[in-house]
Amino acid sequence: MSWLKKLTSGLRKSSEKVTQNLSSLSRLFGKEKIDATSLEELEDALIMADIGVSAAIDIVAALKGHKWQGEVTPDAFRQVLAEHLTEILTPVEKPLAISEDHQPHVFLMVGVNGSGKTTTTGKLAARFQKSGKSVMLAAADTFRAAAIEQLTGWGLRTDTPVISGERGSDAAALAYRAIEEAQKNNIDILIVDTAGRLQNRQELMDELAKIIRVMRKLIPDAPHSSLLVLDGTVGQNALAQVKAFQVCADLTGLIITKLDGSAKGGVVVALAREFGLPVHLIGVGEGAEDLQAFTAKEFATALVGLDPEIDLA
Amino acid sequence: MFDSLKDKLQSVFSGLGKRGTLNEADVNAALREVRLALLDADVALPVVKTFMDNIREKAVGAAVLKSVRPDQQVIKIVNDGLVDMLGGESKPLIVDVAPPAVILMAGLQGSGKTTTAGKLALHLQSKKRKKVMLASLDLTRPAAREQLRALSEQAEAGILPESDTETTLQLAKRALKSAQLQGYDVLILDTAGRLAIDEALMAELREIKAAVNPHETLLVADSLTGQDAVRTAEAFHEAVSVTGIVLTRLDGDARGGAALSMTQVTGCPIKLVGVGEKLDALEAFDPARMAGRILDMGDVVALVEKAAEAIEEEEAMRMAERMASGKFDMNDFLTQLRQLQKMGGLGGLLGMLPGLGKMQKQIAAAGVDDKMIKRQEAIILSMNKRERVQVGLLNASRRKRIAAGSGTTVQDVNKLVKQYQDMARMMKKMGTKSGAAAMKAMLGGGAGGLGGGGMPTAEQMQQLSQQMGKSGNPLGNIQGGKMPGGLNPFGGGGLPGLGGFPGRKK
Repeated sequence: MSWLKKLTSGLRKSSEKVTQNLSSLSRLFGKEKIDATSLEELEDALIMADIGVSAAIDIVAALKGHKWQGEVTPDAFRQVLAEHLTEILTPVEKPLAISEDHQPHVFLMVGVNGSGKTTTTGKLAARFQKSGKSVMLAAADTFRAAAIEQLTGWGLRTDTPVISGERGSDAAALAYRAIEEAQKNNIDILIVDTAGRLQNRQELMDELAKIIRVMRKLIPDAPHSSLLVLDGTVGQNALAQVKAFQVCADLTGLIITKLDGSAKGGVVVALAREFGLPVHLIGVGEGAEDLQAFTAKEFATALVGLDPEIDLA
Repeated sequence: MFDSLKDKLQSVFSGLGKRGTLNEADVNAALREVRLALLDADVALPVVKTFMDNIREKAVGAAVLKSVRPDQQVIKIVNDGLVDMLGGESKPLIVDVAPPAVILMAGLQGSGKTTTAGKLALHLQSKKRKKVMLASLDLTRPAAREQLRALSEQAEAGILPESDTETTLQLAKRALKSAQLQGYDVLILDTAGRLAIDEALMAELREIKAAVNPHETLLVADSLTGQDAVRTAEAFHEAVSVTGIVLTRLDGDARGGAALSMTQVTGCPIKLVGVGEKLDALEAFDPARMAGRILDMGDVVALVEKAAEAIEEEEAMRMAERMASGKFDMNDFLTQLRQLQKMGGLGGLLGMLPGLGKMQKQIAAAGVDDKMIKRQEAIILSMNKRERVQVGLLNASRRKRIAAGSGTTVQDVNKLVKQYQDMARMMKKMGTKSGAAAMKAMLGGGAGGLGGGGMPTAEQMQQLSQQMGKSGNPLGNIQGGKMPGGLNPFGGGGLPGLGGFPGRKK
């Protein structure tokens, strides 16, 4: 199954609320204008996809001004909506690039607890291994019980060396040691997994800033990619998360996980409007291959529940 | 990006004088703001709609009480409605049955099941005196079993020995049998995270449930969840008839509308909440507090309660006497510092205050952080007994020794001594009658008033703040005026509720 199908089927299977709501717009078929009730329903549908109130209001306003040609069918309506969302999302569609100039290219994985940092780190390792790069992992989550074992498990699975220390040891010191090791062994890519932290816990955010500070003693422009791993089921708190992590970890991009469930990840639209940070990858399953490039058009298509086979104009 | 609901409602009603009853137009205008506030707090839209209908009915025609403004009246109605919907009184966990009581944990990936299982084990062992066994049925996530084993060690709970040949169902059955044989009171089964739409895994969960017949089936859910909370809760409830919800990461700054969505669609109470990374950070759910949080009214009640809990009564009485007599030595100072740490440090404390979350960074920038408290503790611990009581003894060479012993500098020691002296002076002042009266009013009136189930009115809040300010507690001095001006909403007195208050809520 293609990832898009997976994404779409996830979005469809459980609740077709957006789709349903949009099909309840059917009463306007045949008309050439959209009435107020339908627009309100559209707003509701967008809010239920976690797009957020203010983004939803703006999108509805934009669609209100759309000039329809002929009959408004449900698919035509969805298509226009998808096009509009694509427009918002296109600027943040950027593949995860690594520069050959960095040896190693250092990734820092950050995020709140349970967003899927360690799993994503493992999947990334598999991805880079496959592309023929030499990869090393650093288990800088020294707090959570068995986080080190979890990453070591991914290391075994993907045949990647893992630098780890004692549980409770200093995460910054471990990151430092990992960079030393990576440099010594001419590793192409070093991925540093960090402990989950809620963005309002200042002392934990300070610890993150320290990890970066210490890494920069060896590589002044590290981390080359600072990635926030965001749970796709998260609500409007995502905005606060991005804001806080941007301040203390100089984010270069986002990875959205758990989009194979019933959550739509609509908050990505709000994030794109608010921060414009690149969205590199999305997680659509538990397998190593289930980490996929984010594309605006396909995400928008899935979000509004359009059949992926239909090609957007 | 979002003004507080309180401000918005105030502006909705600002044109109105005092009226006898709330009319429909006013109510509708007000409820539009409430609706936005709820959606912004991630309450699921269908739930918001149901809620608004209920509230509209109650609000229109409601008599506006004397001495209350219409916006306050609406907030009160909305707040009561929320509390009601969140389940009224908090409901305890069912564990007092013929042993073993079986608790099944279920939820999405990363919602916090394993950590919660560990916390629950500790809670039941230490507070309910139950003998607990943990068992991991998570064969999917790498190291999930190791994580649970490590937590069982921390909680000093039993753990089901692992096996690589059994299915989850076989594991569940073996867990039940060995809990029975070994005389455990409670068996907690941790399961793999699963998507509500994954039919195969949901079927597996149903089988496990049928095999062990749990007394509690707890849905563990992240308080950061958005609109999806309804669908997830619905799906899990449909599959395994959830008996309660555990809401995790409530120490974050999400408003936690998911709580409302999930209780509404399942009809299940939220039984416990996770409020931190440490194993003891598990609390009973308080609907009134949650309502205040969703409406963004801050968590003042929680703060007052936490302060009361952390300060042991005897300690408080002793401290009160010492204050009254003007005696206050380094030992007392140390006790204060430790109480502050118990309350989750400055970070935990600030997070609970309305509007203060954002300020944490500024405060950290001003050099007031938890590490500073640790350093101060180290300095005092490096003093000998006589020095702690007779601070006057501290001459240059003693200070040098103390600095070396605590890994700080002489300047740090000097600073601490200066702070101590300021504080001692303050304590003397507080020994006077007016100081004691202010404190009493604050604890008695403040805590009682807030805890009484009602919403604090703006006036009450202000009074409380003023009292907190007046009480001039020691932290204000610890900070030594380094906090940027205008930062402290409680006036010059520093953070509330940290002193050794005489007596707690009656």
